[in-house]
Amino acid sequence: MADTIPADAGLRKGLARPSRASVWADKWIPLVVLSPSVVISLIFVYGFLAATAVLSFTNSTLMPRYVGAGFQRYIDLFSNSVWWTSVANLFWFSVPFIVLSLGLGLLLAILMDQRIRAEGALRAIYLYPLALSQIVAGTAWQWLFNPEYGIQNTVRALGFTSFEFNWLNDSRMAMACVVIAAVWQCTGFVAALFLAGLRGVDEEVIKAGMVDGASMPVIYRRIVLPAMWPVFFSVLLLLTHQAIKTFDLVVAMTAGGPGTSTWLPSYFMYNFSFERGRMGVGAASAVMILVMVVAILIPMMYLEKRAQKNAS
Amino acid sequence: MRPDKLVARIAIYAVLGFFALIFLAPLYVVLVTSLKTLPELRVGTMLALPQGLNFDAWGKAWSSACTGAACNGLQPFFMNSVYIVIPSVIISSMIGSINGYALAQWRFPGSEIIFTGLLFGFFIPFQAILLPAAQFLGMLKLANTIPGLIIIQTVYGIAFCTMLFRNYYVAMPLELVKAARVDGAGFFRIFWRIFLPISLPIFTVCVIWQFTHIWNDFLFGVVFSGPESRPITVGLNNLVNTSEGVKEYNVDTAAALITALPTLIVYIIGGRYFIRGLTAGAVKG
Repeated sequence: MADTIPADAGLRKGLARPSRASVWADKWIPLVVLSPSVVISLIFVYGFLAATAVLSFTNSTLMPRYVGAGFQRYIDLFSNSVWWTSVANLFWFSVPFIVLSLGLGLLLAILMDQRIRAEGALRAIYLYPLALSQIVAGTAWQWLFNPEYGIQNTVRALGFTSFEFNWLNDSRMAMACVVIAAVWQCTGFVAALFLAGLRGVDEEVIKAGMVDGASMPVIYRRIVLPAMWPVFFSVLLLLTHQAIKTFDLVVAMTAGGPGTSTWLPSYFMYNFSFERGRMGVGAASAVMILVMVVAILIPMMYLEKRAQKNAS
Repeated sequence: MRPDKLVARIAIYAVLGFFALIFLAPLYVVLVTSLKTLPELRVGTMLALPQGLNFDAWGKAWSSACTGAACNGLQPFFMNSVYIVIPSVIISSMIGSINGYALAQWRFPGSEIIFTGLLFGFFIPFQAILLPAAQFLGMLKLANTIPGLIIIQTVYGIAFCTMLFRNYYVAMPLELVKAARVDGAGFFRIFWRIFLPISLPIFTVCVIWQFTHIWNDFLFGVVFSGPESRPITVGLNNLVNTSEGVKEYNVDTAAALITALPTLIVYIIGGRYFIRGLTAGAVKG
């Protein structure tokens, strides 16, 4: 509370004494200014979350109907094999997406940290995909993965006439295409965050290491990377969050297909709620997505806080 | 330079350059495809340069390509996005700045709780609010309208804008407000005279970030819009993925570029601020 402005701030000797009304106003105006946002947040965030939860316990189909259905919608959801496919797909999307973006982002950040020329230009090139809509990214990659015109055709034109690359239409490999597009979009962002973290590591420590005759790889492994834990956790948090929310990219690249091989929970929620008119099941899946975010992110945020404390 | 050092330098540049090419490749391929004719697409590879600068596909994507039943190109969607983006960006940035100022410089008992409570809106997966939000807009008779989308984009932008401004103003010394109050200035006057004039950088960050986000949004756009109010991302997806007959890939890629152009231009001009928004959102998010 040390930062709270004392009510007698203006009472010092020789200065104009603020009127009682203005002291009263100063106390309440900040609250009045914030109250619309608080009310909006109570309705649009907390209220709607609660309403979704309520919907998930009703018989709603095309229109919301507030007739209690107990846990029936959850039973429907959990006995729906497409839901479990979506959850499994999310795992097979998230793990490679996170590992590849982290690994590649860290590599690019370390290389860019070696006092190189044209760092600004390189960083801009790695980061531009993030400025694009996922629908644009999906359209572009759909084109690259098109067997007749895209990568397969180009490699074949180089003389490798039996080259096969038709992942987008292969139910086992379609998710890999989505992963590639997602990694392309997010790696520059990861690299930018890691680079900022690397720049924050004390130069003196690195110099001391060099004086002691340690080689650059050793300095990185022993000194620089351990100091990066807080950044690492922040990035991991953001990527996990991003992975669970991924929706547009799937719509644009595969529309969930072939079959249900690239359905994700977010796609399931959209499809059941707005295309199949099964609002109750859609709401139950939305609640499960929220539970996922909370269940994964809260422990990670806790770890991040702890890592930050240990680092400082 | 010692030979082994030289080799290391070359290797660093080679790896960085290689990935730069990989990252640029999709943009290059999409650009050259959009400048080719359909017969031209069939003969060469996707990497081949176009025979000339042929903007026919761009013209068609803009004004006559079919997006489902209608064949007016992306133009109406583009304008919808403009009408949605401009008010949402302005309103959410303004609310964010005054909120951030109140939270950072006028702390009161409970202000931290309010901040955390607002911030939660930034973390929720939007799937968890879509259904009630659609109902709510229906109740206000704003379902499938541009004003409805403006409300949604503004409301869900407030959390991020507030955080951005709060973290900016929190670095300013509290003495500024104290001194101004001694001189008899109130909450709004201090904001207007002292804080707004030093807020240009953070306003730029906020506007760029909100613009990019709202322009690129698809989820809200596809759920809350109707035939007359669809934003450009929905238009692009309809054009690319629901068109019947012969697939015109040159038109598809031109449409993708038209959709990407506004945010790409903003990124090229304001890249520095874009990165700041990113790290601000990440570090404190």
